[in-house]
Amino acid sequence: MSILVIAEHDNSELKQATLNVVAAAKAIGGDIDVLVAGENCGAVGEAAAKAEGVNKVLVADNAAYGHFLGENLGELVAEVGKGYSHILAAAGTTGKDFMPRVAALLDVAQVSDIMRVESEDTFVRPIYAGNAIATVKSADSIKVITVRPTAFDPVAGEGGSASVEQLDVVKDAGLSTFVGEELAKSDRPDLGSAGIVVSGGRGMQNGDNFKMLEQVADLMGAAVGASRAAVDAGFVPNDMQVGQTGKIVAPQLYIAVGISGAIQHLAGMSDSKVIVAINKDEEAPIFQVADYGLVADLFEAVPQLEEELKKVL
Amino acid sequence: MKVLVAVKRVIDYNVKVRVKPDNTGVDLANVKMAMNPFCEIAVEEAVRLKEKGVASEIVVVSIGPKACQEQIRTALALGADRGIHIETDEEVQSLEAAKLLKSVVEKEEPKLVILGKQSIDSDNNQTGQMLAALTGMGQGTFASEVVVEGEKVNVTREVDGGLMTVALNLPAVVTTDLRLNEPRYASLPNIMKAKKKPLDAMTPADLGVELAPRLSTLKVEAPASRQAGVKVADVAELVDKLKNEAKVI
Ligand SMILES: Cc1cc2nc3c(=O)[nH]c(=O)nc-3n(C[C@H](O)[C@H](O)[C@H](O)COP(=O)(O)OP(=O)(O)OC[C@H]3O[C@@H](n4cnc5c(N)ncnc54)[C@H](O)[C@@H]3O)c2cc1C
Repeated sequence: MSILVIAEHDNSELKQATLNVVAAAKAIGGDIDVLVAGENCGAVGEAAAKAEGVNKVLVADNAAYGHFLGENLGELVAEVGKGYSHILAAAGTTGKDFMPRVAALLDVAQVSDIMRVESEDTFVRPIYAGNAIATVKSADSIKVITVRPTAFDPVAGEGGSASVEQLDVVKDAGLSTFVGEELAKSDRPDLGSAGIVVSGGRGMQNGDNFKMLEQVADLMGAAVGASRAAVDAGFVPNDMQVGQTGKIVAPQLYIAVGISGAIQHLAGMSDSKVIVAINKDEEAPIFQVADYGLVADLFEAVPQLEEELKKVL
Repeated sequence: MKVLVAVKRVIDYNVKVRVKPDNTGVDLANVKMAMNPFCEIAVEEAVRLKEKGVASEIVVVSIGPKACQEQIRTALALGADRGIHIETDEEVQSLEAAKLLKSVVEKEEPKLVILGKQSIDSDNNQTGQMLAALTGMGQGTFASEVVVEGEKVNVTREVDGGLMTVALNLPAVVTTDLRLNEPRYASLPNIMKAKKKPLDAMTPADLGVELAPRLSTLKVEAPASRQAGVKVADVAELVDKLKNEAKVI
């Protein structure tokens, strides 16, 4: 078996999710190659070559891939991936965008968001917002798979010494162009891979009040997340949404503040190791999954939390 | 321009899902069904494009058993002009749905196809992208804003890092995210009117598509359940437990 992992990166840095996907590839077994497609992304190729268990890194460096447009990546990956038994990418918004295109171009099904590998053709994935877990077997000769990064412990990012090969394949579908982007700038850790996440919901009342959560988060080196209600209300941007249709997180510690615990929210965080809920409604469903529940008004509890943390950290 | 909207009948998002005791799937008997929430957003966007004078006709298509016609009628009540029902009682996987939709696209030649980004049952997030690939169209996935300008559509996408805008040549495929719009409710007079709007029924065979699922579901299980923990009396106790019991800070 030979597995092609598509690297997740921003043209300068390899994202940790790639190491989680390589771990999923190792669970399948076989030679693992990594494809880095981007523009001026040589450093990413070097970084991928150091990842544990990688055989070969292929670098497709061209302006056509600079913004990870799904049309162009789809054609590239379908072409390069033809010779492999499995094609894997992280189930982030980039992978979710181009991978189904790859599958359709190869006339195969895609298995989305796998959480476990049972065998080379059988995978476990959540359905119905994680309220059911399906074991799915693929009959296709090439298996196109997106991987839930939080479900696989990352391989080491150092120590490997894969060869790096430049690929001369330029695919510009000519269907789409990049216009612009508004990327959130934050010095906090990435939400998807942070060890601690502090999230706020509708109970926060406005965007300004999220500063309270940010102060607590910064004491602990945590990322800040949110419920859909908080995003819809405009308190915080969309990239902070945790849940079925937002980001999936599984930190060591998840602190839900003013979040009721709708199934769609739980779908994104219930694999966290320890869950804390702060909510003034003792009937809130979030308490059914919380290891530590505090029934309190968040506007009193969060400033107290900041003070208490300062004492012990 | 003509807009094609694909809608899916799924379990209502408020229903508590239960896995069948024999682990073959989830129990859908006597469960409330509804239009997939992301498809509602797709219909709403098409209707708004028509209200702005950008869209001239809205065709809504659904694939599945007879009962899907309820969701098509809902879309017609919300403002779509006519419906297409591709009737089958078989399980339809994303690739097959995309192939069926492709043949509808070839017949109808819409300038824009709008779909939900994912259905809340299978949670696949695939069909729109597959349709775009099969028809050679560009794709604006996870859209939070759609602006048609001449022969192009600008789509602002909700991505992991924030927002990204792409320009696509028309015809194009758009898949909706939650912030694209807030769907309206159908009024009673419009529900009555929708009953008279045209609805064509056909089968996958009529469209020349053979259903050949590649994935088989071996079993469906309930997720490992989390035990509810303890309530703490105050913040000091919480921090003490996190530090000394859970050891996570
Ligand atoms: C298709 C679809 C997809 C969805 N995807 C997602 C998703 O990915 N992520 C997601 O989060 N949701 C998602 N949702 C929405 C979900 O159903 C809920 O509506 C949402 O999670 C509710 O957010 P919330 O808990 O912040 O708000 P609410 O449910 O309104 O809860 C607010 C909570 O704050 C508490 N509170 C209020 N004031 C205070 C105070 N002063 N002190 C302490 N507590 C207080 C209240 O007691 C309440 O429990 C989705 C819904 C649909 C239909």
